[in-house]
Amino acid sequence: MSALSLAFLPTLVHRERASLAATFVAPFVALAVTTILNLGLYVLMGRNPVDIVYAMLLEPFLSFASFSEVLLKAGPLLLIAQGLAIGFRAKVFNIGAEGQFILGAIFASAIPIWFPQATGQWIWPLMLILGMLGGALWASLTAFWRVRLNANEILVSLMLSLVATQLLNYLLLGPWKDPNGFNFPQSVMFQYDAMVPLLISGTRVNVSLLITIALSLAAWVFMQRSFAGYKLQVGGLAPRAAGYAGFKESRAIWLSLLIGGCAAGLAGAAEVAGPLGQLQRSISTGYGYSAIIVAYLGGLHPIGIIVSALFMAALYIGGDNAMVSANLPIAAVRVFQGSLLLAYLVAIAFVRYRFEWRRAAHRRQP
Amino acid sequence: MNAIEFILAGMLAAATPFLLAALGELVVERAGVLNLGVEGLMAFGAALAFIIVYHGGGHVLGFVAAGLGSAVLSLVFAVIALGFRANQVATGLAIGILGQGLSALFGKTYESLTVKGLPKRALPWLSEMPIVGGLFVQDIVVWLSLAATVTIWAMFAYSKTGLIVRAVGENPRAAHAIGCPVIAVRFAAVAFGGAMAGFAGAYAAVVYTPLWADGMIAGRGWIAIALVVFGTWLTGRIFLGACLFGAVSLMGLAAQATGLNVPSQLLASLPYLVTIIVLGLISADRRLLKLNGVASLGEPFER
Repeated sequence: MSALSLAFLPTLVHRERASLAATFVAPFVALAVTTILNLGLYVLMGRNPVDIVYAMLLEPFLSFASFSEVLLKAGPLLLIAQGLAIGFRAKVFNIGAEGQFILGAIFASAIPIWFPQATGQWIWPLMLILGMLGGALWASLTAFWRVRLNANEILVSLMLSLVATQLLNYLLLGPWKDPNGFNFPQSVMFQYDAMVPLLISGTRVNVSLLITIALSLAAWVFMQRSFAGYKLQVGGLAPRAAGYAGFKESRAIWLSLLIGGCAAGLAGAAEVAGPLGQLQRSISTGYGYSAIIVAYLGGLHPIGIIVSALFMAALYIGGDNAMVSANLPIAAVRVFQGSLLLAYLVAIAFVRYRFEWRRAAHRRQP
Repeated sequence: MNAIEFILAGMLAAATPFLLAALGELVVERAGVLNLGVEGLMAFGAALAFIIVYHGGGHVLGFVAAGLGSAVLSLVFAVIALGFRANQVATGLAIGILGQGLSALFGKTYESLTVKGLPKRALPWLSEMPIVGGLFVQDIVVWLSLAATVTIWAMFAYSKTGLIVRAVGENPRAAHAIGCPVIAVRFAAVAFGGAMAGFAGAYAAVVYTPLWADGMIAGRGWIAIALVVFGTWLTGRIFLGACLFGAVSLMGLAAQATGLNVPSQLLASLPYLVTIIVLGLISADRRLLKLNGVASLGEPFER
């Protein structure tokens, strides 16, 4: 009965060894399938698909000005995704990076908001450090709840993100609102020394991009070359083996969440001290959630994540373009992101399995 | 009307979106599947229901469309997570993002528009009682949700269907050995959960607050998932938990009405804070979770 009703499902056959080729091909196949499906949706909505492909997928790369915006957007996505991927590999599902990002932004903003007259080149580095601290503190709540109270980190970290949004609203509508801001929910503009110095003049790309790239390399060394990273991976792949080897689960949880929180907090700080220059309600356009997709799409590998972060940033910029030029609602970007992750999850199944659609497929006995 | 009467009268209606979605997720998890996409499934159902009711299709059609639409979306989850054995956490998150995106996309042109809700019906005699009378003045969906609660409880307690679902969740290998179609049962459970999430979203959008706003589900799908843990996978406790959250979400309004000087953002985050605290309290009792938890939750099944 089951075989009959679910005959459309393939039979999964374990490969003798994982397919390396499939690992590399999967994201691109997923991208192609997603693009076709979403274009179908745009046609159904009565939009011209050629215009949208141009605006969304090509235009971000065609001029240096728009590519510099892609680099700018890639920064926070890359940073958050690198932190999250470390946790995901240890099977610690921190999905509250959004909240850790917001707390990082709030902590960093405290200096220019409380000391608007302060000057000196120490201000922006201190803000970035405070941002990391804020993100890590917010994440440590989740770690405590998971380690000491055995609570599910997915739910706790997500709930804390929703609380963080309310905290931001409270600050911007109350104590931190710019008194001369025409009642807009935003803080004062930060002073010059509270801004991260620009890297490429004429663009908004700043020094935090260099920090992000350096940290990506550090993530590679940590995950692929260090013993601590190895212990995390064993904990994720074979929790029992990790237990027998004496790798403590609680240590892995704390480490994963603190790294994720630091990275997201730093991203939040770099956003307010960079392109925004003030604390606003819209500091995060879902970076924390998009970074989850970036992490998976990059195969949870530090180098892969660099590529996927660039792509996701281009999608953001392209989505803005398509909104202006092809009248495409910005929500289309979220639809594209969600379907891209789904397509990728199907595509990477080919790494470990072969598929046979025949009913009486040969099965390996367990 | 004092604060207690106000909360008692509104509690069940406020609890209904939580209750419907949590009952659906209960069945999904009892079958051994973790679907984290509830928030997106609710948002998707909410948009479908709102659009249909707005264009005069009526509430019945709105609920049916929401249920069917979210069930179809949840079947996408089932095909990927169960058919292709993808990571259930990642698949659920992706379905959630997709559902919220589709909801925002379809709902774009309906922002801030309103529809008519459903009339409340008073039960004779009971509704005239002092203080608790308000509990017995509810719209039809609330009564149906209570009926669904009892039905699901009875299904798990007494019926063969309930036993099969539980067997598939506890020990899929053994269930398969005695001839249970494990994957088919899990597919059915996921579709049921999707439909319930769709109904929950529809209730939120066309009955409870019949006004369209992007992001109107506001974390209720996630709280519903947490409710299944709070209720330690037992129908009765999930119902009590949903009532608690119904009451908590009204407390903000009640506090404002009494002129309490608390920032509105604190009141808005009250349900999230309560979720975090209760989750910590319940989960700290590891024995309780082990005793009632589902043994194969989130694990793919291979024949």
